[in-house]
Amino acid sequence: MELTPQPPKGAPAKSRLRRLGAAIALPIAGILLSGCTLPSFGARTPETTTGQSVYHLWQGFSVGAVIIGALTLGLILWAVLAYRRKDDTIPKQSQYHIPLEVIYTVIPVLVVVALFVATVVVENKVLAMPKTDVSINANAFQWGWGFTYKDHNAVAIGNTTETPTMVMPVDTDVKITVTSTDVVHGFYVRDFSFSRYALPGVRNQFTLHALKTGTFFGQCTQLCGLYHSIMYFKVKVVTADEYKVWLASFDTPEGRLAAAQAKKVLAEQMSAHVPVKTEISRGAN
Amino acid sequence: MTTTAHNPAVESHGHEHGHAEHHGPRGILNWLTSTDHKVIGLSYTITSVLMLVIGGALAEVIRGQLANPNGHLVTMAQYNELFTMHGSIMIYLFAGPFAFGALANIIVPIQIGAPDMAFPRLNALSYWLYLSGAITMLLGFFVTGGAANFGWVGYAPLSDAVYAPGAGADLWIGGLLLTGFSAIFTGVNICATVFYLRAPGLTLFRMPIFTWNLLVVSILILLAFPILTAGLVMLYADRHLGTHIYSVAGGGVPVLWQHIFWFWGHPEVYILALPFFGMVTEIIPVFSRKPVFGYKGMVFATLTIAALSLGVWAHHMFTTGVVLLPFFSIMSLLIAVPTGIKLFNWIGSMWRGQIWFSTAMLFAIGFVVTFLIGGLTGIYLASPPLDFFTHDTYFVVAHFHSVVMALVLGGMAGLYYWGPKITGYMLNERIGKVQFWLAFIGTQVFTIPQYIVGLNGMPRRMAVYPNDPEWQTLNTWSSVGAIMIGISTLLFVVNIVASWKKHPAGDNPWDGHTLEWFTTSPPPHHNFFRLPQIRSERPTWDHNHPEAKALAHGKEDH
Repeated sequence: MELTPQPPKGAPAKSRLRRLGAAIALPIAGILLSGCTLPSFGARTPETTTGQSVYHLWQGFSVGAVIIGALTLGLILWAVLAYRRKDDTIPKQSQYHIPLEVIYTVIPVLVVVALFVATVVVENKVLAMPKTDVSINANAFQWGWGFTYKDHNAVAIGNTTETPTMVMPVDTDVKITVTSTDVVHGFYVRDFSFSRYALPGVRNQFTLHALKTGTFFGQCTQLCGLYHSIMYFKVKVVTADEYKVWLASFDTPEGRLAAAQAKKVLAEQMSAHVPVKTEISRGAN
Repeated sequence: MTTTAHNPAVESHGHEHGHAEHHGPRGILNWLTSTDHKVIGLSYTITSVLMLVIGGALAEVIRGQLANPNGHLVTMAQYNELFTMHGSIMIYLFAGPFAFGALANIIVPIQIGAPDMAFPRLNALSYWLYLSGAITMLLGFFVTGGAANFGWVGYAPLSDAVYAPGAGADLWIGGLLLTGFSAIFTGVNICATVFYLRAPGLTLFRMPIFTWNLLVVSILILLAFPILTAGLVMLYADRHLGTHIYSVAGGGVPVLWQHIFWFWGHPEVYILALPFFGMVTEIIPVFSRKPVFGYKGMVFATLTIAALSLGVWAHHMFTTGVVLLPFFSIMSLLIAVPTGIKLFNWIGSMWRGQIWFSTAMLFAIGFVVTFLIGGLTGIYLASPPLDFFTHDTYFVVAHFHSVVMALVLGGMAGLYYWGPKITGYMLNERIGKVQFWLAFIGTQVFTIPQYIVGLNGMPRRMAVYPNDPEWQTLNTWSSVGAIMIGISTLLFVVNIVASWKKHPAGDNPWDGHTLEWFTTSPPPHHNFFRLPQIRSERPTWDHNHPEAKALAHGKEDH
């Protein structure tokens, strides 16, 4: 019994190639044409504008990965099932097929170029630094976070026993400046689909624009020593009014006192103070 | 042959003598003083597989800790030591030495028809440096403060004297310096061997792909390892000699360590991977009874991967904010192209073949499938926005475990394929197949939950994690996969014992293509009594099947 469909010799080989080309080209056209109705491919729905751009890029990459993966896995399975050793004959010793080799070199190059273009477009969105009045410093230390607010008294500090909460307004561009006083830490909020290192000696800046109020889970993602596993923080996204009220709570006499105490603690944490030398305000571009 | 001849005339010609194994010390002393590449290669194989077992045992403890969100198997401090040493042992002491020290040492000289490595004594030095480096690093477990605990990447300033004051860190640095020199000397040796000791007729484009890959790997070693050595010396100087190369307080730059480390670290990924690509490229054609498909494309793909691998290091540093993202992104994405060529060539080699599903072939196919998964998920990570999303989460852990587990499967394929040549005896195929299915399914059960939990936001290097039922379920599955992989590795040890000197292999049990299948199993001292004519990259096949030559594009049979 013939497991392998043996194509007739000669000209039909070309049509086989053409069919293969169509099999690759059609799904790629599909990716480009279909919009946002794609599945999530395992990613969480992000709660920031930039997170959503990343999410769509994730979907685009995933469609490509699924198609290429299915095609390649299909070919492997076909070969494994169809060409089991049946007798002791020696198969045709073909070693080269130039057009085929050119195809599977050129098509991946085109796919890579497409992925790269999409990457650059999203990267520029994610790293854009629009002008904004809301500016928060996130200072990482072993093992906790201190959040201070530019032009305001407000401060939030916490460690492994008392999780700190960064409060930020919804629907507003918020500039975050991440620094570290000791080792490398990682600022990561899973629902924002974004992370950035807190590097000693570097002020790393990026913008977050939350689309929804709520409290989100944040965590240090870069190994920073003994209590790295529990170096948590929270991000509380509130309405603009709530944000104003929260900021104002630090302007009352009691609030001032609390803020002063918290800043003193933060300053102590930064006693092994590290001078900041490099200002990074848009990725590395 | 009774007492060793201390006749000066024989001594001076000893290395050219056909029966040189009859000279010199015998038994264990012979083993210890040997400069025979096969003996050294076997020492490398045994030592590195032992390291695989030790590193695997640490992995099982890690997975035991993570099976529950609040695991109490180890403390947080011990956990940091565990994953640091797991990664360090697997990368520095297993994968690299196994890739370019073990099978390469045994097979490359035979594949090119050479009597030994170009510098046999340097080869012995490589092994002893490697062994002492491995012992040095492992001694960290027995000193005050424990082993190194800053991750296998040792990011400064966490690895400096302030944050990692223990002797474990110094032993880690010392161990790496020793194994680094071992790698450099092996690189020199393989380059010289391949360039100067090829048999007559064995031109560069008739070299088997495994040898080609090892040549390229050796060049990469010479380019990359000295950088790591320099970086480590500077780290040591920061720790003990009062320099401030990586510390901000003294005017240094912590991220410099990351640049130096990854400038070695990314070529290193291919230094690890290419030998296993080579093994699989030998195995798939042999068990398909076909020449390797697209031989020249395969060589150029290897060269392209090596060239690109020198310009992609900062894709490990996308979230540092201090690297030029588009450059490193496109360079990293482009590596997918030659890697894809290799994958399609492996499929092409099986296409219309006569596939014999020996254990070696099963492992090779398992490698291809697992590597496909690891390769595709790697493409995501080459895109900076997607890296911001997944960096330092379990998605990355899953990605590189797909890749390195593919390499382990490829390494097992190599051991089942070349084991009979090295020992002269076959390994048990039935145990081998059980081992394969456990390892292959275990790998997927181990990694796939990690991809999902990573996308759910679980960061790596966590001794404990938030009590989320979904995270726990996924982690438990991952631990089950790790146990399956562990059992499969033990089955390999069982197989060696079970098939010890049972079934003689003969010279050519697989109808092999390359020169190692032309000589006896195990090969004699200096490898060959005679050589066939070499007119292609398959001299043994050509000799055994003169009617079945490899065909160029468009050529018909006969």
